[in-house]
Amino acid sequence: MKDAKVIELEEVTIRFSGDSGDGMQLTGTLFSDATALLGNDISTFPDYPSEIRAPQGTVGGVSGFQVQFGKRLVNTPGDLAHVLIAMNPAAVKANAKFINPGGTIIYDSDSFNERNMKKANFATDDAFAECNLEDFFKIPVPISSLTKESLKDFGLDNKSVLRSKNMFALGLVCWMFNRPLDYIEEFLNKKFAKKPVVVEANIKVLHDGFNYGMTMQHMTPSYLVNPAVIENGTYRTINGNHATAWGLLAAAEKSGRELFLGSYPITPATDILSALSERKDLGVKTFQAEDEIAGVTSAIGASFAGDLAVTTTSGPGLALKGEAIGLAVMAELPLVVVNVQRGGPSTGLPTKTEQSDLLQSLYGRNGESPAVVVAASTPSDCFWYAFKASQIALERMVPVILMTDGFLGNGSEPWKIPTMAELPTITPRIAKDPDLFKAYKRDPETLAREWAYPGMKGFEHRIGGLEKDETGTVSHDTENHQLNTEYRENKVRRVADMIPELEVCGDGDGEILVVGWGGTFGHLVSAVRELRKEGKNVSHAHFNYIKPLPKNTAEVFGKFKKIIVCELNTGQFASYLRNEMPEFKYEQLNKLKGLPFTVDEVKQSVYKLLED
Amino acid sequence: MIDLKYTVKDFKSDSEVRWCPGCGDYAIMNAVQRTMAGMGVPHEKFAVISGIGCSSRFPYYMSTYGFHTIHGRAAAIASGVKLANPDLSVWMISGDGDSLAIGGNHFIHLVRRNIDINLILFNNRIYGLTKGQYSPTSARGFKSKTSPFGTVEDPFIPGQLAIGARGTFFARSIDGNMKMSQSVFEEAAKHKGASVVEVLQNCVIYNNGIHSAITDPNHRADRQLYLEHGKPMVFGAENEKGLVFEKAKLKVVEIGKDGYTIDDILVHDATEVDPTLHLALINMQLPDFPVAFGVIRNVEALVYDQELVKQIDEVQQKRKVTCVDELLNSGNTWEVTGNGTPDSVSC
Repeated sequence: MKDAKVIELEEVTIRFSGDSGDGMQLTGTLFSDATALLGNDISTFPDYPSEIRAPQGTVGGVSGFQVQFGKRLVNTPGDLAHVLIAMNPAAVKANAKFINPGGTIIYDSDSFNERNMKKANFATDDAFAECNLEDFFKIPVPISSLTKESLKDFGLDNKSVLRSKNMFALGLVCWMFNRPLDYIEEFLNKKFAKKPVVVEANIKVLHDGFNYGMTMQHMTPSYLVNPAVIENGTYRTINGNHATAWGLLAAAEKSGRELFLGSYPITPATDILSALSERKDLGVKTFQAEDEIAGVTSAIGASFAGDLAVTTTSGPGLALKGEAIGLAVMAELPLVVVNVQRGGPSTGLPTKTEQSDLLQSLYGRNGESPAVVVAASTPSDCFWYAFKASQIALERMVPVILMTDGFLGNGSEPWKIPTMAELPTITPRIAKDPDLFKAYKRDPETLAREWAYPGMKGFEHRIGGLEKDETGTVSHDTENHQLNTEYRENKVRRVADMIPELEVCGDGDGEILVVGWGGTFGHLVSAVRELRKEGKNVSHAHFNYIKPLPKNTAEVFGKFKKIIVCELNTGQFASYLRNEMPEFKYEQLNKLKGLPFTVDEVKQSVYKLLED
Repeated sequence: MIDLKYTVKDFKSDSEVRWCPGCGDYAIMNAVQRTMAGMGVPHEKFAVISGIGCSSRFPYYMSTYGFHTIHGRAAAIASGVKLANPDLSVWMISGDGDSLAIGGNHFIHLVRRNIDINLILFNNRIYGLTKGQYSPTSARGFKSKTSPFGTVEDPFIPGQLAIGARGTFFARSIDGNMKMSQSVFEEAAKHKGASVVEVLQNCVIYNNGIHSAITDPNHRADRQLYLEHGKPMVFGAENEKGLVFEKAKLKVVEIGKDGYTIDDILVHDATEVDPTLHLALINMQLPDFPVAFGVIRNVEALVYDQELVKQIDEVQQKRKVTCVDELLNSGNTWEVTGNGTPDSVSC
C-alpha cells in the first residue's frame, strides 16, 4: 500500500457543514470532544440558522460547526477552514468565503445533483467554479450511496439510513486527523442505549467512513496535529452556557445560599436554563416563567426571600426586564442578570453573535439606575465571571449584569477544572442584629445595605420601588433623593475595590493598544500575538469589568500613543470610554456581520493604524 | 409550642396610612390583620407583596415583611418569594388594573400553577391612583376621563378568569362587610394553592357608589347571596328565595311557590372539581340574580411549591452528584501530566 501524505500542522481548522437536518452540530461536537481527549487544545464555533428546519437544501438552511485545534494554546475557532466537509451544494455556497486558500473540500458527490444545485440557486452545474473554488483541493466522496451500501443488510428504511451519513463523514475526518473512534463509539452506545440497531448501524457507518479514508489514502492527505503543551491538571471540554450555569452553582455553594433561576426560553441563552434545570440534585430551583418579565421578577422575589437569584436572557429579553432591574436597583437586592447577546435590534439575528447590548446593559432603564456590568471573554471563563457576578451581587447588594454572547455561549474549549477550595469565599451581607437593623443603613466603605429576609425574626421591614429614607420609609424629600441617587451610583463605583486591575498583554507602553471587551478576547489576543511576532509595537488590554472600570484604566491608556477599541457593534464601548475618560482619543474597529472578528481583520486594522 | 397570640395591633406598622378618608381599603386591611393574628403563624413568616395602585400601598401599613414592587408584577414576585421559601405565608395585594390589565399574564399563570399564595384583588372598577380612568372591570359604556363618551369594551369578570386559568380557590367579599371578608380570608389562608379573593371595594373619590346597588341596605338581602359550603343557596330577608339548576342554567325561585320546596334548592359544594356550577354562580349579576359572595370554589389540587420541593427531594435521594466539585469532575474528563513548561497566553 502506498504511504499517505502526512502533513504535520501547528493548528488546523475544520468546518462541518450541511443541511440543518444533517446532524452537523453533533458531528462537530463529537469530533471536537474526541480531539480534546487526545490532548489538543480546541476552540469551537457552531454557526446555525435560526429556523429549526429551513427548506432542505437551501443556503438559508445550512448549519455549520467550526473547530480549531492545535499543539499550542488555541484561542479562536480559526478564521478560515483548512478542511470543509460539505454535505450538499448549498453548504459549498454558504461557506465558500470561509475556506483557507489551498484548503481541502470534502463533499458528498451524491448530493450534487440537479435538484440540489437548483435549490442552492446555482446557475450552472459546477458549484465550485461559481464559487471561485477551482484551485482548492476537492475530494468527492459518494457519502450517501456508501452509507446506503454500508447499511444494506440492516433492514432500515431509507430515511433512517441517510440519517447516518454524518457518521460516514465523521469517520473519514477522524481518519484524516488520526483521531481514534473509541470515544465516539462510547457516546453512541450511551445515546442510543435503548436502540441497539441504531448503535450498531452508526458504528458500522463510522468505521466504514474511517476505512474509506484509509483505503483511498492516495487521494486524501492525513494531518498530524500533536497534543498541545498545556498546564498539568484534570480537563474537560465546556461551552460558555454550561460554564455560566456551573459558575452560578459554585457561587451558591460557596455563599451557602440556595440558587434560584427565573427564566424564559430565548436563543442563545436557553441552555443555561436547561443546564440548571438538570441540577435538582444540587437543590437548584429553576422556574420557567410565563415571560421575560416574570423571569426577572420571580428572581427578585426569590432574592427578597434570601436566595442567590438569577435570571438569564438575550437582548430582547433584557429590554423586557429593564423596569424590573430598576426595582432591584431601588430595592438594593442582590440579583444576577445574564445576557447572552445576539444580533439585534428587535428579533435581529437570533443565532448569530454580536456585542450590541452594552449600552442597553449600562443605561437601558428609567431614571438613574446604575448596575454593575461584567463580561466573560472565553467559553470557560464564563464560569469565573458568573461566580464573580454572584459574589459582587451578594456582597454589595446590587444587581449585576453578566454579558456573554452567542459565540461564547455555544463555543467550547478544554478547561482545567478548578476546585471549590481554590475559589474565593463569598460573604453575603446578612443582617445580624435586629436592634441595629435599618433597611437602608449602609456600610460606610462599600455603601451596601444589609440583607434581612422573611423568616428572620425581629428584622421585619418593608421595601419597594419608591424612594425611601434610611429606615425604608417612603420619602419624597428632595435632599434625600439626591443623596440616595448618589449612594446608588457610588455603591456601584466602589465595586472597583473588589475587582482586579486591568492587565496589559505585551509591553506596558508603546505605539498601539488594542482594546476589547467580552467575547472578542480570543481573536484579539491571537492577532496581537501574531503582530508582536512580526515585530510590531502592539499590546492588548481586555476588559471583563465594564462598570465599574478597573481602577488603573486611565493609567494604562496613558502609556500608549494610539488606542483602538475593537468590538462587534458600532462603537458602544468606545463611546462609553469617551464618556468616562474623555482625555484619550479612541480609534475603532467595528463589525456587524453576526460573526466574530477574524484574526486577519484585526491585524489589517492595526497595520493601517501603524501606517497613519 | 411557642405562644403565638397576636392581636390586630401586632400587624400594624408605624407608617401613617394615606388612603383617602372613607376608602374601602381600610376595612379590607383590618380584616387581613385580624386574619393574620389568628392564623398561628409566626409574625416573621408573613410576606406581603403588592404591585402598583392605591391598594398596593398596603405592605407599608403592615408590620410584617413587605415588598411594594412594580405595576402588574406582584404575582411573579410573590411566586419567587414563595418558591424560595415555601415555609412563608405569602399574601399578594393587587387591584383590578394591576392584576387584570398590566399584570394579566402573571395573574393567570399564578392561578394555573396553583402556587400557595393568597391573592386579594381589590376591585373598584377604576384607576384611582392615576385619578380616574376606566379599568378592565369597568362596565361597557362606563364614562371616565379616558372614556368621556363611554367605553366600547366589555369588562373582565375576575372569577371567570380564575376559573379559566384552572383556579382552585375563588371567593368574593365586599369592603364594608369585615366579618365576611375575615371569614373568606381565613378560608383562603387555609387553602393550599393559589387563593383568589375578589373584594368589591369602593373608591370614594373616583368611583363612589359603584357597588351601591349591591350594598344598598334596603335591598341587600335580595341582592346578595352568601354561599356556605354544605348549605342551601338561599337569600332574601326571610331566606324565602333560592337557586335551582334547570335546563343547564341557574334560576331564582321562591320557596313555597310554583311547587318549589327547600329540598329543590341547590346545596353549595365548594369542593366540586367540575367548575360548571361555580362559574354560573360567579356570573350571576343584578337584576336577574343576586351577586354571589363567600367561598365559591375551594378544591384540592397539587400545589406547585410543594411539588417543586418534592421533586428536588426525590432527585436528591438518588443523586450521584452531591456537590459542585463532583459536578465539575463528572462526565468526560482527562488528565494532563508531565508538562513542564506550559504555553502561556501572554503575547
